[in-house]
Amino acid sequence: METEPYILLSAILFTIGAVGVLVRRNAIVVFMCVELMLNASNLALVTFAKANGNLEGQVAAFFVMVVAAAEVVVGLAIIMTIFRTRRSASVDDASLLRF
Amino acid sequence: MTELHPAVTTLITSAHGETVVPSVAEGIYSLGWLIIALPLAGAALLLVGGRRTDRWGHLLGTATAVGSFVIGLVMFISLLGEDEGARSQTQHLWTWFATDSLDVGFDLLYDPLSSLFVLLITGVGSLIHIYSIGYMAHDERRRRFFAYLNLFIAAMLMLVLAGNYLGIFLGWEGVGLASYLLIGFWQHKPSAAAAAKKAFVMNRVGDVGMSLAIYLMVVTFGSTAFTVISANNHGASEATMNAIGLLLLLGACGKSAQVPLQGWLLDAMEGPTPVSALIHAATMVTAGVYLIIRSNFIFENAPVAQTVVVIVAVVTLLWGAVIGCAKDDIKKALAGSTMSQIGYMMLGAGLGVAGYAFAIFHLITHGFFKANMFLGAGSVMHGMDDDVNMRHYGALNKVMPITFLTFAMGYLAIIGFPGFSGFWSKDKLIETAFVENTWVGLAALLGAGITAFYMTRLMLMTFFTQKRWKDPETGHEPHPHESPAVMTVPLIVLGALSVVGGIMLAGNWIVDFLAPVVGHAEHHEPPIPALALTAIIVAVVAVGVAIAWFTVGRQEVPRVAPQDVSPLTKAARADLYGDAINDTLVVAPTMSLARTLDSLDRHVIDGAVEGQGNATSGLAELLRKTQNGYVRSYALSVLAGAVILALALLAVNW
Repeated sequence: METEPYILLSAILFTIGAVGVLVRRNAIVVFMCVELMLNASNLALVTFAKANGNLEGQVAAFFVMVVAAAEVVVGLAIIMTIFRTRRSASVDDASLLRF
Repeated sequence: MTELHPAVTTLITSAHGETVVPSVAEGIYSLGWLIIALPLAGAALLLVGGRRTDRWGHLLGTATAVGSFVIGLVMFISLLGEDEGARSQTQHLWTWFATDSLDVGFDLLYDPLSSLFVLLITGVGSLIHIYSIGYMAHDERRRRFFAYLNLFIAAMLMLVLAGNYLGIFLGWEGVGLASYLLIGFWQHKPSAAAAAKKAFVMNRVGDVGMSLAIYLMVVTFGSTAFTVISANNHGASEATMNAIGLLLLLGACGKSAQVPLQGWLLDAMEGPTPVSALIHAATMVTAGVYLIIRSNFIFENAPVAQTVVVIVAVVTLLWGAVIGCAKDDIKKALAGSTMSQIGYMMLGAGLGVAGYAFAIFHLITHGFFKANMFLGAGSVMHGMDDDVNMRHYGALNKVMPITFLTFAMGYLAIIGFPGFSGFWSKDKLIETAFVENTWVGLAALLGAGITAFYMTRLMLMTFFTQKRWKDPETGHEPHPHESPAVMTVPLIVLGALSVVGGIMLAGNWIVDFLAPVVGHAEHHEPPIPALALTAIIVAVVAVGVAIAWFTVGRQEVPRVAPQDVSPLTKAARADLYGDAINDTLVVAPTMSLARTLDSLDRHVIDGAVEGQGNATSGLAELLRKTQNGYVRSYALSVLAGAVILALALLAVNW
């Protein structure tokens, strides 16, 4: 099976996600970019599993999904709380925890 | 208590080839421990009892001293009844500590040498206790004073009754402590506090020597008991013996104020006068002489150490005498004299078997007449509103007849007026010195002349010449008066002893009595006949007296010390620059070393440690800037980390 296109796609998605996390201020968007990165890695895992002919990568992908789901629950709750208290979802505004 | 200490059962052959077997104390001798315990209990009771004992504390203190004296006297009388060979009694109280290689017992040794010391310490001590009742009557801390005096008596008795060097050391340190407490008794005076510290520190120097000597004995002989060491003293090399002897001498120099550790004694006169009389004239300062004579079995085999003892003694006896000539402070003049007289005793101790008995003889007569004169000086000060400057005295013989007469007894004794106690003892010492070495003899003879000069000067300035009582500036004039009986009776007793103390030499009694301890000496004829020598000594003394008479007695004594004096007088007034020498040779280098080390510690060691801390906190200061609170910058660093990790993995696995 030709894996290169899948890996390439995975890399592109991951890069988009990483750049999004770095440059976007809106917490929701940052969050979505994190999801994008997770799914990019899922794609890579599944691709390698298929190429190697075993299930380990697929199992790992399932774990990532479960963790991502849990993370969404906690993360969204935090973003909601921050938005309620500050009327803003900008990650740069929530910068009180520093030196 | 009747158990025999192993060390004691050894048959002892002393250095002089006689066999001395100390017997185990029985009967009256088993009370030896009580002599020490009585004053010790007195001191403890008075110190623990506090103010409740204020009213009768001085009486209790005196009673314990007198009690010790009575026991000592009874023991002494019964010792006289024993055969010469049976006059050494040991008492093993308990095992102090025991290790595999070293057993130290708490042993007491009562022999002719200690018996004389016990009598001197408790006898003179009791008289001074009685005197102090009057002298300290107006001091609100009198009870504490008596507690310290009792502590001193107990420690000093421990020193002379100990059966091994560790026991001596216990007493040695005890008297040092008591001396410190009593010199600084009037602690509200900064000078007294400083003098106490000075005495303590200078004594520490000597104590280092003493303790090193004891270590060396433990290494060499495996014991510190006199009996064991004297039995084995031929087993050690001469170099070892010399080392032990010199270290013991260092200890003796500290305690007995001998050159080069003499500086503390003059300052010690800051203490109350009874203290000066008891500790710094009659007893404690003679402990060094006792130590050397007790260690005769070491010094007999240590010729170098013995020679050094003689040198130290001669230097000190002249040093002290010269200082005594220039001092206007009556107590300091007497202190210089004490130093000089202890020099004489040390001389006797350094001359070997021939001199030991005479050194002890002089020590005892000196104990009488010097205590007498110090107490006399205290009585004078009592009447002169605590003024110590002799230039403010004059013509006191009429107003203080008893003090004057008793002081005169002491004066005649110390200058060696024929028939008085000091005459016999000093005459014998000078004679023995001449047998040993003409130069040493001449130095001792010169010392006798100087002694006559400064004592006559002191006597004239205090009791004769014109009245100089009134202070022209303040108009204050003291009204001297005779002291109460509680002070004059001890003076009379000591004055009488100063006169008749020479009786101990009758029929060579003291020499024979001490022979079992210090050995018999063959009699050597001095280079000139003894009688002629005595005549020469008396003539030299007469010259000293005459010089004093013409320079002091016939002149107007100025109330303020004249400043245009000879360099020698200036030097003597400054204690022959003893303190300056110590400052230059020891204090200043020590201080500069300490300062160097301090700055080294401050800048180099502390600098390194603090530098580390500063570097860490500086780095942290920089790093903390990265904690800016922006999630996106954290994300960037996470990404950078991941990239670096990935590159590293790639680089390794390529």
